[in-house]
Amino acid sequence: MSDHEYTPKSKAGKWFNDRLPLLTLANHLTDYPTPKNLNYWWTFGGILTFCLITQIVTGLTLAMHYIAHADMAFESVEHIMRDVNYGWLIRYIHANGASMFFLAVYIHIFRSLFYGSYKAPREIIWIIGIIIYLLMMAAAFMGYVLPWGQMSFWGATVITNLFSAIPLVGEGIVTWLWGGYSVDNPTLTRFFTLHYLIPFLILGLVVLHIWALHVPGNNNPVGIDVKKPSKDTVPFHPYIVIKDGFALLMFMIVFAFFVFYTPNILGHADNYIEADPLVTPAHIVPEWYLLPFYAILRSVPDKLLGVIAMLSAILILAALPWLDTSKIRSAVFRPLYKQFYWILVADVLILGYVGAMPAEGLYLLVARVATAYYFLHFLVILPVLGLKEKTLPVPLSITEPILGGTANLATARNKESSIK
Amino acid sequence: MKNFLRILSLIIVFLATPLSCHAAEKIEYLKTDWSFKGLFGKFDRGALQRGYQVYTEVCASCHSMKYLSYRNLAEKGGPEFTEQQAKAIAASFDVTDGPNSDGEMFTRPGKLSDKFVMPYENVKAAQAANGGAYPPDMSVLVKARGGGVDYIYSLLQGYEDPPAGISLDEGVHYNKYMYGNKIKMSNPLSDGLVEYSDGTNATVEQMSKDVTTFLMWTAEPHLETRHQMGFKAILYLIILTILVYFSMKRIWSRVETEV
Repeated sequence: MSDHEYTPKSKAGKWFNDRLPLLTLANHLTDYPTPKNLNYWWTFGGILTFCLITQIVTGLTLAMHYIAHADMAFESVEHIMRDVNYGWLIRYIHANGASMFFLAVYIHIFRSLFYGSYKAPREIIWIIGIIIYLLMMAAAFMGYVLPWGQMSFWGATVITNLFSAIPLVGEGIVTWLWGGYSVDNPTLTRFFTLHYLIPFLILGLVVLHIWALHVPGNNNPVGIDVKKPSKDTVPFHPYIVIKDGFALLMFMIVFAFFVFYTPNILGHADNYIEADPLVTPAHIVPEWYLLPFYAILRSVPDKLLGVIAMLSAILILAALPWLDTSKIRSAVFRPLYKQFYWILVADVLILGYVGAMPAEGLYLLVARVATAYYFLHFLVILPVLGLKEKTLPVPLSITEPILGGTANLATARNKESSIK
Repeated sequence: MKNFLRILSLIIVFLATPLSCHAAEKIEYLKTDWSFKGLFGKFDRGALQRGYQVYTEVCASCHSMKYLSYRNLAEKGGPEFTEQQAKAIAASFDVTDGPNSDGEMFTRPGKLSDKFVMPYENVKAAQAANGGAYPPDMSVLVKARGGGVDYIYSLLQGYEDPPAGISLDEGVHYNKYMYGNKIKMSNPLSDGLVEYSDGTNATVEQMSKDVTTFLMWTAEPHLETRHQMGFKAILYLIILTILVYFSMKRIWSRVETEV
């Protein structure tokens, strides 16, 4: 933001801006030079901001009617669904909004993986993103507990019990987390408090995420640094605003379809049964967006090692900028990485699938192979690939491949030779 | 754009497969044409009223309906009894109220604002009267079962003699749609069990359909509003999306890049 000179035209504006440069900030945001070749995979940042705001607004409204008490939570949710004006709408938006949020965040993360957006100089944006993702998972998990249905209760029991795997202090930590000797009212009230707090932490981190983005500027499908502003960039407003808006509207159509026509398909039927500590459901499964990690957890026979594997699967992402040794960002110019990328996508989808299935027989075997491959991708394939892979020539600027087509690739700098 | 949509649809198809595979594992439920499914799905008013009759004459002797009030019966989008009818229904139940100014609990006829009267005082009493099994509350029952309405509809028609080799304990019945096939509820329906005031023939199939429709409404009392609003919201979004698409094309025509 420092490279920006801006003086408001009006006298009052200048007076205000000298004291608090909000107008400079607004001007920076509208003029922000953005690579003009961003494709639709780049619209998910805006979509995610929309998701966060939606969750906060609907969540605040729900909190006005929800009662965080083990004896009343389930009933208060039914009260919202039946008697609160449009309570059903607000709750279905909030519940499906969580799924939409994760759908968007997974696309956003996998876009980064494909185009190498985590590489220098964008490591801090990436790491903040991983922290946001971790907080999202915590918020979603605790939110799922609040209706106090069977899956809420037993999901909470299973997940909090993971901490008991910690040697020596594990049991003590679990009791401390529960606020008692089992998941009960104290657990519910603290989960509600934290569920209310986390979105605002995420909001703060999103500001940092965007701030960190605005220092080097956006990566782009070609993955090269662009001069800003130049022929390769367009101002954020109106070009990116309208494009993000268009993509957001398409996303909202899908969102609306879930909310209005299949509002319960992503949830589990057992969560419409009030929590009963004496009856364990036949299968305890988390929400779909946590399934790949659940599969990793269950694929390791030892409890402690399973928990470590699950946490490492997420934390390994934070080390990604240093695990990927390739100097080329975009997979477009990395023919081998591109193939391994799609194998990783398939691997994560397979993990999600077996996570929903009982951990036995063939499912367990598949889960183990897929878990091993997941770590192999990050710990072996990526570091080696960056050193060995023969990459394609990278164009000098964004305008080149777009205006000149393939012929211009011949005149492009051969990045390979510059690396070796 | 094309590439983007292709990959996106592939991902969605892949994400949807576990859901459908999951369903395929289970037994095939009986199917019927539910009026409340689809973009414009609405409840069949007659089925809701008949379903209420089946509920109140058959199910209600054991199953509670604790999240519903008598006023709901006259509300829009439900069975839509007239207010007089709903008042009469409410008044036919005795409700315990109080304490009065003497500090005594007393019994009075039900009012529209009262919740549905429960068949048992508490869960323990319900269990004691039903051989240890607790008849689940029916308010959100169809949403609390994996197969939803199809499951309930099938279950009500799924009673048969146990196959050879399966022995049942006292008070346990065989039902081919029940999880594990053993159910403590005896076959609740038989042809002609209730007498419908609108002349509909009360077959087991008809009663199953009516009462399941009623249970869908008790679980989703705002289903009709939801469908109507959903259609309008999605139509509005589609029109807006088209308008924004053309504005976007116009704006981006200033730079020589495809959007």
